Amino acid sequence: MPDMLLELFSEEIPARMQARAAADLKKLVTDGLVEAGLTYASAGAFSTPRRLVLTIEGLLAESKPVREERKGPKVGAPEAALQGFLRSTGLTQDQLQIRDDKKGQVYFAVMEKPGRSAPNIIAGVLEHAIRNFPWPKSMRWGAGSLRWVRPLHSILCILSAEDGAQVVPVTIDHLQSGNTTEGHRFMAPGRFAVTGFDDYCTKLRRAFVMLDPAEREAAIWQDAQNQAFASGLEVVPDAGLLTEVAGLVEWPVVLLGRIGKDFLGLPPEVLQTSMKEHQKFFSVRNPKTGRIEGFVTVANRETADHGATILAGNNKVLSARLSDAKFFWENDLRTVAAKGLDGMGAGLASVTFHNKLGSQADRVQRIAALAREIAPMVDADPDLAEQAARVAKADLQSAMVGEFPELQGTMGGYYARAAGLPDAVADACKAHYSPLGPTDDVPSDPVSIAVALADKIDTLTGFWAIDEKPTGSKDPYALRRAALGVIRLVLGNGMRLPLKMSLFKAVFGHSFETWLQSKTVGANQAIDGLAELGYGKTLDAMKEAMSAEAKSLGLKAVDEKLTSAMTAADSLLTFFHDRLKVFLRDEGIRHDIIDACIAMPGNDDLTLLVNRARALNGFITSEDGTNLLQGFKRANNILTQAETKDGVEYSYGADIKFAETDAERALFAALDTAETTIKPAMEAEDFATAMAELAKLRAPIDAFFEAVQVNADSEVIRRNRLNLLHRIRAACAPVADLTKIEG
Amino acid sequence: MDCQSRQPLQTFFARHNQANKRGIDPVGPFAYSMRKTRFSRKGMRMTQKPTPPRSFQEIILRLMTYWSGKGCAVLQPYDMEVGAGTFHPATTLRSLGNKPWAAAYVQPSRRPTDGRYGENPNRLQHYYQYQVLIKPSPPDLQALYLGSLEAIGIDMDLHDIRFVEDDWESPTLGAWGLGWEVWCDGMEVSQFTYFQQVGGHDCHPVSGELTYGLERLAMYILGVDHVMDMPYNDPDAPIALKYGDVFRQTEQEYSRWNFDQANTDTLLQHFKDAEAECLATLAADTVDSAGRRIIMAHPAYDQCIKASHLFNLLDARGVISVTERQAYIGRVRALARACADAFVKTEAAGAELETL
Repeated sequence: MPDMLLELFSEEIPARMQARAAADLKKLVTDGLVEAGLTYASAGAFSTPRRLVLTIEGLLAESKPVREERKGPKVGAPEAALQGFLRSTGLTQDQLQIRDDKKGQVYFAVMEKPGRSAPNIIAGVLEHAIRNFPWPKSMRWGAGSLRWVRPLHSILCILSAEDGAQVVPVTIDHLQSGNTTEGHRFMAPGRFAVTGFDDYCTKLRRAFVMLDPAEREAAIWQDAQNQAFASGLEVVPDAGLLTEVAGLVEWPVVLLGRIGKDFLGLPPEVLQTSMKEHQKFFSVRNPKTGRIEGFVTVANRETADHGATILAGNNKVLSARLSDAKFFWENDLRTVAAKGLDGMGAGLASVTFHNKLGSQADRVQRIAALAREIAPMVDADPDLAEQAARVAKADLQSAMVGEFPELQGTMGGYYARAAGLPDAVADACKAHYSPLGPTDDVPSDPVSIAVALADKIDTLTGFWAIDEKPTGSKDPYALRRAALGVIRLVLGNGMRLPLKMSLFKAVFGHSFETWLQSKTVGANQAIDGLAELGYGKTLDAMKEAMSAEAKSLGLKAVDEKLTSAMTAADSLLTFFHDRLKVFLRDEGIRHDIIDACIAMPGNDDLTLLVNRARALNGFITSEDGTNLLQGFKRANNILTQAETKDGVEYSYGADIKFAETDAERALFAALDTAETTIKPAMEAEDFATAMAELAKLRAPIDAFFEAVQVNADSEVIRRNRLNLLHRIRAACAPVADLTKIEG
Repeated sequence: MDCQSRQPLQTFFARHNQANKRGIDPVGPFAYSMRKTRFSRKGMRMTQKPTPPRSFQEIILRLMTYWSGKGCAVLQPYDMEVGAGTFHPATTLRSLGNKPWAAAYVQPSRRPTDGRYGENPNRLQHYYQYQVLIKPSPPDLQALYLGSLEAIGIDMDLHDIRFVEDDWESPTLGAWGLGWEVWCDGMEVSQFTYFQQVGGHDCHPVSGELTYGLERLAMYILGVDHVMDMPYNDPDAPIALKYGDVFRQTEQEYSRWNFDQANTDTLLQHFKDAEAECLATLAADTVDSAGRRIIMAHPAYDQCIKASHLFNLLDARGVISVTERQAYIGRVRALARACADAFVKTEAAGAELETL
């Protein structure tokens, strides 16, 4: 059983694409081989900046021959039928066999496909893989038309067995496969031949190429830690950077450098960001102080001066970068000292957030008002929340954030402290952007929560007000992420926020803001007055209670704004519910269970909704719950049918004196007990107790259906039993809408 | 007639091949062997190392000599204000069509927004790019490029050269390509791009483009921290001039003019005029009054360059809002595309001339 070695040697492959490309190569080639009948024992793929490598062990030397028989027309059948059969099989008439069949003689075609040799199959599979490789971006070069991620220079493809190695001949445009490759670009240039994977690895290593990216990562990390440790320092872990750096070198050489004294006073985030983003350096810190004092850079070669020149060059580049950063930092601090953090953010007035939603300064105004409103619900000081919202975006105007956008918020925190603002305000500068992703931490400081919620609600309601909702795969304003952020903020802090009201008021504010720009009346007063009227009241009631200012805007126009704000708030709440379903699905809660809870009142209180859903999920997935659900559905079906048929509602007056059987009487008793427990439990939002109580109904309900025929001959007894079924439905009703649950 | 076929591969690779034939012991990555180093440095390289250059102009002259030796036509800067060497018609237009091409030149480049009154050590509103364009891109373009670094005094045995992913896109030219920024010891010293599309046209064959930021590269090689302190001519010349002696005052004057003085109404009018002239030139009958068929792709493209620079000036004056920006870029791109459409119909692009 031969082994196969394949190397695709090219100019430098972007680091971020290498791992995926190695995996794709393995899949494309091995799938192709197996499909053509060549199975194998094991396969492995590797990558360096200049090569993708695939090794396959224990490959079949050839595919098995395949014999296929096909039955054709009868002998003597019309000529057309015979010709058709010959065409479809590709045979001539003399190659057909004639066999006896039940109804006479029949033509048979016997086609033998001989086995194909491994080289033959590999050549075809390889050409297909190279021509159809799924690079995220590919290019042409020179005068050719072949596409690869960067110019492809050579193809090494050999099959090796005990009797030696042979080149698998493959020709792709100007490239002819061979058995040679190159080592390190600078340390060992020139081509050499190999006889198999082991030989390849050995010779590559001799030519200063470490083939396995995992080995390069491990070597970099090990050596970086050792060098840092020897200097009494430690490397700040960064797995993403490690993978990237390992994809930039074939022969990693770790160099440890020190950051110049002048720059040690910069915030650690600035040092880290500047070093990582621009230079791909690891940060090295002093374990005693936590201060970033050094860096690790990974070169791609050894030198006679042990990297001294390389390190000096890197140090120089870093100093230039950090001089810039220091200039920005000092400049920004001067601005804050002279004009305060608000002063720094003054320019936000001329930065457009969205042409229908005004400037960043307009947005800050809205967020500040909203944060003040939300503050009492999270036990935050309204003044602090408003103050934090007013300065939280000021750092967008700082020189540092201009250079390093990823430091937004972080710099705000530093500048807020420099301006002497309270800690809660400074913390909110950074925390109000959180949570950014599904795994990001949720802020827990009350002021931060208030501003974070206000920020996201303003964004969501703004885009809903101007009808720029996410569609399908398009979500340019990251509104899904904002909604998930609100959900996680609310749930993570156990907040009881009547979301619908907040959404309505904010959407209403947005549409009025745009509309009122041309109005001269006391616009703000009118908006406040209208918003206070609240969501959920009828339009008439709202119009009734409108202030004189509001009325002066014109009843019809106000009416339109109110209606559209209500519609938008409803649609936005549905959007929240959809995001919540995705969020809870990860917890293993089915969408129909969530639907059963969304159908209940108070569904805009996300904490209540989720508590209910979690309890219901636990209940429904238990044995008692499953059976109770069956009992409920049976009761509900019988009752609904009877109500439809009779045109009446059986909802009152089940009386135990008409009970005929013990099972019936037991159900009466069980419902009496259940009702007395469920009601107070529901009032206390104690879903667990309520559902445990429901579970106790399972046995009596099962026994009831076992022993009793609801549709009795006696109309009195039938009605009584239907009314009893209603009590089952009623007992379940406050918990969740069980009709929504499948199964 | 491209570089690669004209010139035998330079000594760079030949030397390395010899080194390899001697064989190298396998060692771990961090167990560095001094024996091997002495061998490769002393035995193979020491005598051939070029002396380090002494001035900014020497670096330019060496690049000229090197690329001239590799078969490139050494052109002179284009006589118009441009933002980058790519705008030179020797790159933009000549990367179109199927005729082989190889050119190298210095291009003074202007970026009005980068002006810092000559005070910032690394930023200038007027600087030089060195540009090489070869079509089709030769298979050894990376090796040729590395040879140019050696020619300007970068010792490959002591420095760490890396090709780091960096895709290039010019929204104003409707152009893009894939390639790298080249790092020397962590510093970006060049852009290396395989053009895929220019002016909305697919590049067939593909051109390889090299762009060196000359000031930054020279500062690194010469060990200078502030651009104005860099020796422009030889430091031992009877009249030794530093970069600052040549350019500090002009940096101040242009920074002031770009940021404060340039009349924006005039600039705006010039932009409109250039745009109109470009389109009118392209719309003209291809046959002139004497019956000659002449497509005026280059004169039209001059107007496109002009519009692009005027846009940069307006941008520096801060009179272009974020939304308008995209619209202006789109207008310049439309001109670039129209010029490209015209150029591909000309002889220089390899088009078959219609007989009249």
